[in-house]
Order: sequence, then structure tokens, then C-alpha cells
Amino acid sequence: MTADSGWMPPPCTVAGARAGGVLDGGAPEGPLSTAWRRRRLEYRLVNPANRRRLKVIVVGTGLAGAGAAAALGELGYEVECFTYHDSPRRAHSVAAQGGINAAGENTVDNDSLERFVRDTVKGGDFRGREADAFRLGEESHRVIDHMGAIGAPFAREYGGTLATRSFGGVQVSRTYYARGQTGQQLQVAGSQALLRQVDAGTVTLRTRHEMLDLVMDEGRVAGVVMRNLVSGKITAHTAHAVVLSTGGYGNIYYFSTLAKNSNASAAWRAVQRGALIASPSFIQFHPTALPVGSKWQSKTILMSESLRNDGRIWVPAKAGDERVAGSIPEQERDYYLERKYPAFGNLTPRDVASRNAVAQIRSGHGVGSLKNGVYLDFRDAIARLGKSTIAERYGNLFDMYQHATGEDPYAVPMRIAPGAHFTMGGLWSDYDQMTSLPGLFVGGECGWGYHGANRLGANSLLSACVDGWFTLPYSVPNYLAPLLGTAPLAPDSAPVREALARTRSRVDRLLGIGGRHGPSHFHRILGDLLYEGCGVTRTQESLTAAITAIQQLREQFWSELRIVGSAERLNQELEKAGRVADYLELAELMCVDALDREESCGAHFRDEHQVDGEAARDDEHWAFASAWQVDDGQFVRHHEPLTFESVRLQTRNYA
Amino acid sequence: MRLVIEVWRQDTPADSGRYETHTVDDATPEMSVLELLDRLNDQLVEEGLEPVAFESDCREGICGACGVTVDGSPHGPQRNTPSCHQRLAGYADGQRIRLEPLRSAAFPVIRDLVVDRSALDRIITAGGHVAIAAGTAPDADSLLVPHERAERALDMAACIGCGACVAACPNGAAHLFVGSKLTHLSLLPTGRQQRGKRARAMLFEMEQDFGPCSLYGECSRVCPANIPLTAIAAVNKEGLRSFFRHKDD
Ligand SMILES: Cc1cc2nc3c(=O)[nH]c(=O)nc-3n(C[C@H](O)[C@H](O)[C@H](O)COP(=O)(O)OP(=O)(O)OC[C@H]3O[C@@H](n4cnc5c(N)ncnc54)[C@H](O)[C@@H]3O)c2cc1C
Ligand code: SF4
Ligand code: FES
Repeated sequence: MTADSGWMPPPCTVAGARAGGVLDGGAPEGPLSTAWRRRRLEYRLVNPANRRRLKVIVVGTGLAGAGAAAALGELGYEVECFTYHDSPRRAHSVAAQGGINAAGENTVDNDSLERFVRDTVKGGDFRGREADAFRLGEESHRVIDHMGAIGAPFAREYGGTLATRSFGGVQVSRTYYARGQTGQQLQVAGSQALLRQVDAGTVTLRTRHEMLDLVMDEGRVAGVVMRNLVSGKITAHTAHAVVLSTGGYGNIYYFSTLAKNSNASAAWRAVQRGALIASPSFIQFHPTALPVGSKWQSKTILMSESLRNDGRIWVPAKAGDERVAGSIPEQERDYYLERKYPAFGNLTPRDVASRNAVAQIRSGHGVGSLKNGVYLDFRDAIARLGKSTIAERYGNLFDMYQHATGEDPYAVPMRIAPGAHFTMGGLWSDYDQMTSLPGLFVGGECGWGYHGANRLGANSLLSACVDGWFTLPYSVPNYLAPLLGTAPLAPDSAPVREALARTRSRVDRLLGIGGRHGPSHFHRILGDLLYEGCGVTRTQESLTAAITAIQQLREQFWSELRIVGSAERLNQELEKAGRVADYLELAELMCVDALDREESCGAHFRDEHQVDGEAARDDEHWAFASAWQVDDGQFVRHHEPLTFESVRLQTRNYA
Repeated sequence: MRLVIEVWRQDTPADSGRYETHTVDDATPEMSVLELLDRLNDQLVEEGLEPVAFESDCREGICGACGVTVDGSPHGPQRNTPSCHQRLAGYADGQRIRLEPLRSAAFPVIRDLVVDRSALDRIITAGGHVAIAAGTAPDADSLLVPHERAERALDMAACIGCGACVAACPNGAAHLFVGSKLTHLSLLPTGRQQRGKRARAMLFEMEQDFGPCSLYGECSRVCPANIPLTAIAAVNKEGLRSFFRHKDD
């Protein structure tokens, strides 16, 4: 299925959208298992003495950004790195709990690079780029070695070697961890390495700076526009190349497992400047988040997936059953995952678990006072293993649950519900991690590619680290090499002045609306709209309705927003408003993408496309990634055909 | 329940600051201190007033961004709990609650409840890292680390960088923060190679902004990461070790 075979994707029939052209992902020809090695050999090099004359801007200090900035700094390039946090350590990578994967080669549980790729591609329901998955697996060991060496204290066996566990729907043990704080330990190690380069003088770090726009020079990305969040000053910074590693946008749903400040603005601004965004509607909903309990709750709390190893998920068999869990007899409980998927039971992959929970809640079987959750019950595990064993395994999680809900999970079952968690889609890039805008690279969750339509647990800490430490430090210099001898754009050049003017007028516009509601008001409404219209399951009807509602909400936003205070100093309302404004545009495209894709795959589940309640993928028509361009208010769907060499296209089956 | 909130307002670092009083009528015991501020801010915005600036991000107790002083206690009345997890369960209807920034000479107020904690990162920049570049690390399994030592390193590495220890200390010392980092890295096979050099650099930088330690122990009572007081001892131990050995390792 290539462009010249005459295959064409289905026409795009969504109002306001049209089909575009074919995209080449640029992966090396030939066997994928050696592709990355061969590509690295093709890359141009820059003489060490010349590197400091080439400047790279890195936006974001998460695992991807800190890694890229530190590694490029170590190589000797001039790096300027930005984050809106007050410290690089606070990037949301810090919140990851479970672990980080690496393809096992030595253990005898029969893991291997090929099996890692197969799991990643199958897990992603064949909507990711296979060549990238190979690179992910191939570099995974260097990531573990490196992150351990720079300070992440991974769990160790009594023999002193690294400990692993099995995680997220795979049958081998390839997940490395540091208690339930793997992300924190990696993030702290990464930001320390970044600060080491600050100390060495190769990296200039600017904290409390938010990227508001890109500087474009004849189609190339030549810099960024930043707002100093403390002084309000808007400045332009130019460089030979820019890396965006600004994380995921799951908090577009308002209630999500992401941080309050996570956002899509940097990526969305790139889209507005012409970059493509791939599969924006592929959102993973985590099945073990806590249901929203009150009106004032600020976000969704994530409980580790590992709880599903011993907890049993159930709902009352009778819809609307008002009895407390303890008074519902065994035969009136529906352990629906065990019933429907006997082989995997409570450990079915995230999307399957989330979808089934939503189906139970929607059909009136939800539990809790708001009827918006399902039970995760440890009664049987406690009876079988004893309370102390359960406490040893999950003590901190049980404490966290009790803290958050005031209920004792040793005595009553936990209540869980799916929450927006991870964005598989993001800025489209080629195999070299360069977006469709020359000079603009992407790393980590704000990109796409590895995870297809559904990410495997513990693969995204890995992808952020692989991008930052072991991909961008090769591919960015390849782009920089021919630019040696050129200077970054001058601060008074026309493109810089234009970008600054654009940014200032947008800030003024936001401040000048003078309406009645703060940005959070609109964000909450948008979140509800998206959960309803473009959530765990989607239909033509729900998506069409959501698109109209989002358009209306956007209009309201631009006429009813009120930002109190000025732009000349710290103004968190202004920060939020800018982010919500971008969400209101991205949200529409998410719905368009979901509406356009007439199939179900991974986390994208269209009710119309199912067979016996399972996702009905349509490889004949939809084996491609949609990469959207925003062109004069119209959405244009370009497509990158996806082919698979090492893994046969096959339907996922967890029954 | 109805809570009367006395909240610190300060427009700029140079401003002298003042308390403002507001009420929130529909607070609930499950709300966190930060959700109370969210609620108050919603109210202020609807009234056309400037909301209270305060910091938070993960709201899960792990990023270290949050940090307000609640009724005189850094983070709040519950011990070893970050602001984002401090619930209002201990408050009764009609009660007053006072919210102010983390107070320390090393943390200038930026605005309202937001302070500048970059002095902590300056210490890490000076030496809180390991000199290993991308791709040069040995196979992690070739460097054996006893299980128990890895766990101890993790206990110390749990610090979330919130700065509450400094705010709790009558001297404004950062010993808990610095000691946890020194111990964490010196327990690891790669980290210990530059143990002496690191201690010198970090302690020198620490003394630029932070006070001395008089063993009050207030720090470990507020620390949301439960960093034990032994971390403080490590500061002196590592300092003396590097002073007398005069070696980088
Ligand atoms: C609760 C939770 C648990 C998870 N658990 C796991 C797990 O166990 N295993 C796993 O593999 N994955 C897990 N994930 C996913 C994984 O943590 C993330 O995908 C990954 O860490 C993202 O890293 P990143 O570097 O791309 O982005 P982030 O770490 O989010 O960093 C983004 C950076 O960009 C900066 N930034 C953003 N926008 C701007 C802007 N406009 N201007 C300036 N700076 C900006 C931010 O300040 C920040 O520094 C989890 C995610 C969550 C939310
Ligand atoms: S030692 Fe504890 S109180 Fe101090 S910064 Fe670290 S986590 Fe915060
Ligand atoms: S908001 Fe992250 S620790 Fe409190």
C-alpha cells in the first residue's frame, strides 16, 4: 500500500475539512531491525570545535526536553532551554508512577527487541510507525543505563541487579521502576543533568518563561517568542533549530491525570504556523483514575494500574442498585471483565477496561453517590493473601486513596473511573523527529509515532527519554551541519518583529474582552463537552454535536472572557486564558479527526464500528496516520500510509 | 461550611504586602487548601477582583510546586503533607484560616503566595549531579547495588524540592534538602565518584543563601517526602569528609 500502488484513502466528508496529500515518514528502506543504525551512519556530523557556533532552542524540561538540552549541551552546541515552571524538575514527567520499559535480551522469559516491537505495534493497534518502535526498543537499554548512572535509583534485586516487573498487558517482565515514583526519579535525574550543563555554561536555562509563538523565516522555524511570566515581558529568541518537548494535552478534558498547567499551546502554535498534527483524537483514558467526587475537585487522581493485579472490578448486576457494596451478594455482582475476557480478566488493556467501565456507567450500573464509577475490590485478595501482604504491595496507594476519598479500601471496595491520561497523537514528525516545518523538531509526548492508537504502559517515559537522550542528539546536528557559518536571525529582523507583534496583539486581545467569566469557567465546560462527545467512546452524533457546541463555546469565550489584572506582571488568569483559547481550537480538530476516521482502533472507539462489542479496525481503508494541516480555517487531512514488516496485521483479541 | 480566609496579598516583590479577608460559604472537609483557593479565586473573578496568585501543578504531592503557609505552618497543619493534599477536615464552620507564602529570606515573594525558590536549584547546579554524558554509562547490571542500599538512596531521593524545610526552619537552613541530595548520590556507584567535590560545591553554594542548622528538627516535621533527620547529619559528615580528605571522590 504505497502512494504509487494507486491506493487512496477514503475521501474526507467532514464539514470544514478535506483530504490532502500523501506523506513520507522518511524511515530508511530495508530491514527495520538495522534501520536506525543505518540512518545514524547517514547523518552529517559537526566538528566539535564548530558546535558552539550552532544554537538550538529547547522548549520544555521534561524527560524529553531536559534530555535533549543536556545531551546537545554535552556535545558542545549552544543551547537555550525554556520552561514555564520555576524549576526544571517540576515537568509533569515527575508524576509518572509505574515504570519504564526496556526490551529484554538476556532474561529467559523470552523477551527480545522483536517482541518489544510486536507488543508496541499491536498495543497501538497498528496505527503507529513501526520503524520508530524499533528505535524505541533498540535504544531502551542505553536509557536505563544512562538514567541509572546519572542518579535514578532503580529498584534492585537482592543480588544487586536491576529489578523488573510485568506491566500493562504484556506477558514478559521488562518494566524497570523506582517504587511508585519512577517518573520522579527519572525527572530529577534528568533535570540534574540539565543543571550540570548550566553549570558548565553550555545551556542557558530560562525558567518561568512560556512559549507563545514561533519565529518563522521563509518557511523555516528560526526561533521562539516567550513571555516572562513574572515580568510579563515578551521577547524573541532565535536559533538554528528549535525542539518542542512540551508534553501532552490530556488536560484539555479539564479532569485529567495531567498537571494543572499542562497545555497544548506550544504545539498548537506550531500547527497554526503550518506544522501538521497527527491523530489528535487518540487519547488514552486511564481505567484506574478516581471518579470525580465533588464540584470543586481540581483534577483527577490516578491510582496505579498495578492495583488491577489483585483487585477485582465489578458493578451491581442490577441497574440502579442503591445498596452499599457489602450488602450486594456475590451472585448479584457482575465481574464484567472476568466474564467477558476470561483470559486477561481484570488485566485487559487500558482501552478495553475503560470502555467497559463507561458502558457499565452509561447503562445505569455505576456506583458511588454520583453513579460515576465502578468497584475495584480487594476483599478476595485480602482473604487469600492476608491484609499484611496487600498492605506491603499497595500500602501507599491505599493510603493515597483513603486520603483522597475518606474511605478505607481495606474495608470497602475502591471506586474507579476512566480519566483522560495520555495523548498518543501530537505534532507529526518524520523518522528524524523533524516536524513538517524545517528546523522544528519534537520530542516526548507532544509528538506522535511510537504509540499508535493506544500506548502500552511504561512505554512513554521510555519514548520521552529515547527522543531526548538518544535520537535528537543525532538528528538535530544532521540538520545543523549545513547551517554552519550562518548566524541565527537578527533580533531586529522583519520575521522577529512580526512574531513579536503577533504575540502582543493576541495578549492584548485576550485582556481586552472585558466579559464576565474567568478562563476556568470555559475550560470546565469544554472538558464536559469532550468527555461526552469525544471521550472513551464516540459516535457520529456525539462528535457532530460536540463540534457545534465547541464552536459556540469558542465564540462565547471571545466575547465573555474576563481577565482581571494586567499583562505587566505575574498574571495566572492570563496564562490560563491563552491555554484555554488554544484548547478551544484543538478540541474542534480532535472531534473532526475522530469523526473522519470511520473505524475503531485502540483508544479511538466509534460505536458504529464494532463487532461483538470489540473495536472493528478497518485496515483496508484506514491503515494510515491522519496528519492535519490547518489551512485558512479549513482542516486538511494528509495521510502517512502505515505498513508493517515484522508484525502481521491482526485484530487484537483479549477474549 | 463557611470559612473566613485571611490571605496575604502582595502585588510585586518590592511591595510591602497586607492581609485581605474573604469568606467562602461552601467549603467542604474533603477540599484541599488549594481547592479552597480555587474556589475563592472563582468568586473573586466573578466579582471582577484579582484572584490570589499561588503555585501548584500536579496536585498529587510529587512536583513540589505547591507550598503555602497555613495558619503558620509551612504546607499546613497536617504533618508531612504537601499543600495540595492538606484537606480542610480539621476546620469547623465559621473558622478562620490564614494563608500566606512560604516565609524565608532565601525565598523572595514574587506575588501573593508565590515565592522564588530558585536558590535551591542554584545548589543543585553547583554540584548536585553526576558527571556522566549521554551514552557513556556502563551497563547498569554491571554495577551491583545491594537492594537495601538502593532503597536507602530512594528514601533520600524522594525530596520533591518544595522548600518547606527552609520555611519551617527558624534559621532558614536548607540542610534537609542538601543532605538528602548528598546522601542519595553518594549511595550510588556512579554518584560516589565525585562525592568530595560535590559536597564542597553544594555546601559553598548553600551558604550563600541559607542559614546554619541548629538541629531544631522543624524541617523533617513538615517535609512531605518524609526525608529523615539523618539527612541533616549527612551535610556535616560529607562536609567534614571532603574537608579532611581534600579529594574529589
Ligand atoms: C499521572 C501519570 C502517570 C504516568 N505514568 C507513566 C508510567 O508509569 N510509565 C510511562 O512510561 N509513562 C507514564 N506516564 C506518561 C509519561 O509520564 C509522559 O508521557 C512523559 O513523562 C512526558 O514527558 P515529556 O518530556 O514529553 O513532557 P513533560 O514532562 O510533560 O514536560 C513538558 C515540559 O514542557 C514545558 N512546557 C510546556 N509548554 C510550554 C510552553 N508553552 N512554554 C514553555 N515551556 C512549556 C513544561 O514546563 C515542562 O517542562 C504517566 C503520565 C501521567 C500523567
Ligand atoms: S527536603 Fe522535604 S521539605 Fe525540603 S525541599 Fe525536599 S521535600 Fe521539601
Ligand atoms: S501541586 Fe505538585 S506537589 Fe503539590
